[in-house]
Amino acid sequence: MAAELHVELVAADRSVWSGEATLVVARTTSGDIGVMPGHQPLLGVLESGPVTIRTSDGGTVVAAVHGGFISFADDKLSLLAEIAELADEIDVQRAERALERAKSDTDAASERRAEVRLRAVAAH
Amino acid sequence: MGAQLRVYKRRIRSVTATKKITKAMEMIAASRIVKAQRQVAASTPYATELTRAVTAVAGGSTTKHPLTTEAESPARAAILLITSDRGLAGGYSSNAIKAAEKLTERLRGEGKEVDTYVIGRKGVAYYGFRERKISDSWTGFTDSPTYADAKRAAAPLIEAVSKETAEGGVDELHIVFTEFVSMMTQNPVDDRMLPLSLGATEQEDGKGEILPLFDFEPSAEDVLDALLPRYVESRIYNALLQAAASEHAARRRAMKSATDNAGELIKTLSRLANAARQAEITQEISEIVGGASALADATAGSDK
Repeated sequence: MAAELHVELVAADRSVWSGEATLVVARTTSGDIGVMPGHQPLLGVLESGPVTIRTSDGGTVVAAVHGGFISFADDKLSLLAEIAELADEIDVQRAERALERAKSDTDAASERRAEVRLRAVAAH
Repeated sequence: MGAQLRVYKRRIRSVTATKKITKAMEMIAASRIVKAQRQVAASTPYATELTRAVTAVAGGSTTKHPLTTEAESPARAAILLITSDRGLAGGYSSNAIKAAEKLTERLRGEGKEVDTYVIGRKGVAYYGFRERKISDSWTGFTDSPTYADAKRAAAPLIEAVSKETAEGGVDELHIVFTEFVSMMTQNPVDDRMLPLSLGATEQEDGKGEILPLFDFEPSAEDVLDALLPRYVESRIYNALLQAAASEHAARRRAMKSATDNAGELIKTLSRLANAARQAEITQEISEIVGGASALADATAGSDK
């Protein structure tokens, strides 16, 4: 049996997803990083972006993460984010509307948030 | 109906109406405690993970960061006081204010200037009435705080901590809030958020856990830079949630005793009203008897 790592994806006000996985790909400030079981203990700052979790039963979980941290030690990985949403939870139409609105208001922060959401859905 | 009796009846009616209101408030508060407790529980995983990460960086690296090292001679401290927006919660707000006053006194005794930041209308009113200076205040969300509220309150505090003391920055950051222990017990507590006291955080995590040497991405300083503001926000968020739960619990208890007192009052007043009614009847009977016998006497006299 392949080695597994335990993943906890938590937002500030709730626990979003937790389970076993074989690979987690996240975007840190210095580039994408993939974590597999047995990785060296790691603590990194996350960029806004989609996080891909390959679960041990072969499925894939994609979540949009807006800022936060990744911390890995002893085959336990925690993703901490102020805001985190699973791709299934994201309302595509709403995100698209938000993107349009943000673009017309030139609100960079919400434009990026909406873009990340859409990218997460696309990657799903 | 006699005047006395009418007065009693009127008072009973008014106390009954008050009792209905306090009873309703009690039940509303009781239902909100559960919700607030659930929110505290939901925010716990984030707080624990974050504390773990902060401990790991601060303890595992040799980096010196202004937010983790104690200033040699701290000259200014900031206090964030969390009170409620609404009253009718017994001693909830005044207890928290008292704890803040005590902390202020202590810090002044240590020769530090104190900047006060206040959350909640009650605290703002207290300081406003006494014409004391408040550095900043926020109101309107103590019932059900969100993470965005905590972020809003944290921003100026973090800014103050990062600034040099000579330019109006602070060396220490304290928070005063009401800790939710159980439905019956809530304690006002003061806590030092920054600089981090690592001894305390390690104990919270449970003794004996040896944290591994982390690989930092991009670098320990950058991680700490990004981590500490989030840590302060999360601590404030947790304090706000606990304070909200405490507020509802305090309000429930205050309203319960108000309801009980109203019930007691209604009982006493009904007794008095009954006595007044009885006295009225007795008086009426004696009047009738007296009148009848006077009439009898009069007729007996005329018979002669």
